Amino acid sequence: MAANFVYVFAIVIAMIGFYVVIDRGNLLKKLIGLNIFQTAVFLIYISMGKISGGTAPILYDGDAPFSNPLPHVLILTAIVVGVATLALGLGLVVRIKEAYGTIEEDEIQAQEAAEEDGP
Amino acid sequence: MIAANLPALQVVIPLIGAPLCMLLGRGRIAWALSAAATWAGFAVAIALLVAVIEHGPISYTMGGWAPPWGIEYRVDYLSAFVLLIVSGIAAVVMPYAYHSVNSEIPESRQRLFYTAYLLTFAGLLGMAITGDAFNAFVFMEISSLSSYVLISLGRSRRALYAAFQYLVLGTIGATFFVIGVGLLYMVTGTLNMADMAERLAAQADSRVTLAAFGFLVVGLSLKLALFPLHLWLPNAYTYAPSMISALLAATGTKVMVYLLLRFMFTIYGGGLHLGVAPVYHVLMVLGLLAAVTGSLVAIFQDNIKRMLAYSSIAQLGYMALGISFASGTGITAATVHLFNHALMKGALFMVMGSVMLRCGGTTIAHLRGLGRRMPLTMAAFVIAGLSMIGVPGTVGFVSKWYLVQAALGSGFWPGVPVAVVVLAASLLAVIYIWRVVEAAYFADPDGGAGAIEEATWPMVAATWILAGGCVVFGLTTDLTVGVASRVATLLLTGAP
Repeated sequence: MAANFVYVFAIVIAMIGFYVVIDRGNLLKKLIGLNIFQTAVFLIYISMGKISGGTAPILYDGDAPFSNPLPHVLILTAIVVGVATLALGLGLVVRIKEAYGTIEEDEIQAQEAAEEDGP
Repeated sequence: MIAANLPALQVVIPLIGAPLCMLLGRGRIAWALSAAATWAGFAVAIALLVAVIEHGPISYTMGGWAPPWGIEYRVDYLSAFVLLIVSGIAAVVMPYAYHSVNSEIPESRQRLFYTAYLLTFAGLLGMAITGDAFNAFVFMEISSLSSYVLISLGRSRRALYAAFQYLVLGTIGATFFVIGVGLLYMVTGTLNMADMAERLAAQADSRVTLAAFGFLVVGLSLKLALFPLHLWLPNAYTYAPSMISALLAATGTKVMVYLLLRFMFTIYGGGLHLGVAPVYHVLMVLGLLAAVTGSLVAIFQDNIKRMLAYSSIAQLGYMALGISFASGTGITAATVHLFNHALMKGALFMVMGSVMLRCGGTTIAHLRGLGRRMPLTMAAFVIAGLSMIGVPGTVGFVSKWYLVQAALGSGFWPGVPVAVVVLAASLLAVIYIWRVVEAAYFADPDGGAGAIEEATWPMVAATWILAGGCVVFGLTTDLTVGVASRVATLLLTGAP
């Protein structure tokens, strides 16, 4: 348990984010939850490559322990993906606000139910 | 030179095409550029399939870095087949797209539309060709992000909300997938799929391996809209622009089925050494539920595009069912259905795009009397619809034949009840297809709307290529079933 503390921590954060996505009706809060969820996954990846007392394998001088840089590099990519997703999500929220006048899920669904099935 | 680099070109051509389209794409140039990139991609996919059939699997080292350190592109029967499906459908959709997009997307946005289309195309191809697990995630996000954009460009404001829902659920699916890949990296120390498969055999008892399997299967099931994780799909397909509905319905979820097959069989060796994971039973039950509920819900839809979307969920259930038998015939059925469903669903959605162009909507009321006003288009609907039902002589029959064979091959229990449910679900397909046929051929057209005529000739021709394909590949199954059965051998035994 103690050795896996980081993973437990990351999973708890992930589930908090996941819960926010499911529970909140506000589209903006959904996106925030989604981002928390993704960030927890970044933590899992980053902690997986880390060794206690490990250094970065740059100008490496022999026998010092070093952290595995590969998961860190992977997560740079995943962060970029996360930023792009968030940006697109926010863009959609702005357009939804313009089109529906609200960003509350239940109000949008009520409006959709009230009108006839569009094209 | 070109022949040696075909695997890279498969992805690079549309990927380079996207920014070019963005920079140069004024007026028709955007369409012409994306059509050229798509057709080039189709040509490359054909060349790759021929090369794989002649010389066996191709391994391509990106940038000359040897695997497992570098990213390997690996083309075997399964990837080559999926590449052919994706690029083939896209190649047929492109001529169709010109008039359809002109009528649905404002001219100022068309350049961005085609840019996003090319990115989706590149992402779908990349997922199918890469031999690197994390690279698959990157391509998954490239294709997903751009397809959210494409869906949000639909005419109705509902497209925005549909795209948002898809974004949230799609991102959750992709994040589950990336957690699974991370856990796999933790136990194997590699990201190369072939390397992973080798090292995983020694780690079969590890709980991490099992957790990774769970995350991967759930994440991919969400992306491929396996019942009951399908909630994003109906609205996304209903409100997307017509061309995008046709493209995504025919190819998008198929590539996710490909990844599921790849991870379950190539990497986990069929998951058979994971004795505790009842994944096949789960897939079988969910597949059957999807086939029945998807078809049932489809019957009650007023909007035909949404009806087709629910039908897609049912068809994805058949694919999950084929996988769940984990037998040669089962995998053959699932793989051949990838191809067959792409043909028929592509054709059906294209018909709806033509109806949208001429009638301005796709509800059942819009279809009244169209059998006389758009005879060619509606005839294509009938053929693809018969195929959806599984009438002999069409591709749908080929899929169902192998699926029922696989069911019966798995013994009396659960084989016979499963076969009965599959046939019952096909009867439900008769009902929802009939509703359209009845409205189109037997209802009187609404008065006054006499101006409705056939869609433009490229649209009709493209629709008929797919509808014709439904018949041609229903009669000559050498290519599709031949490749699919080799895929089954490849996945189950590892032999090329």
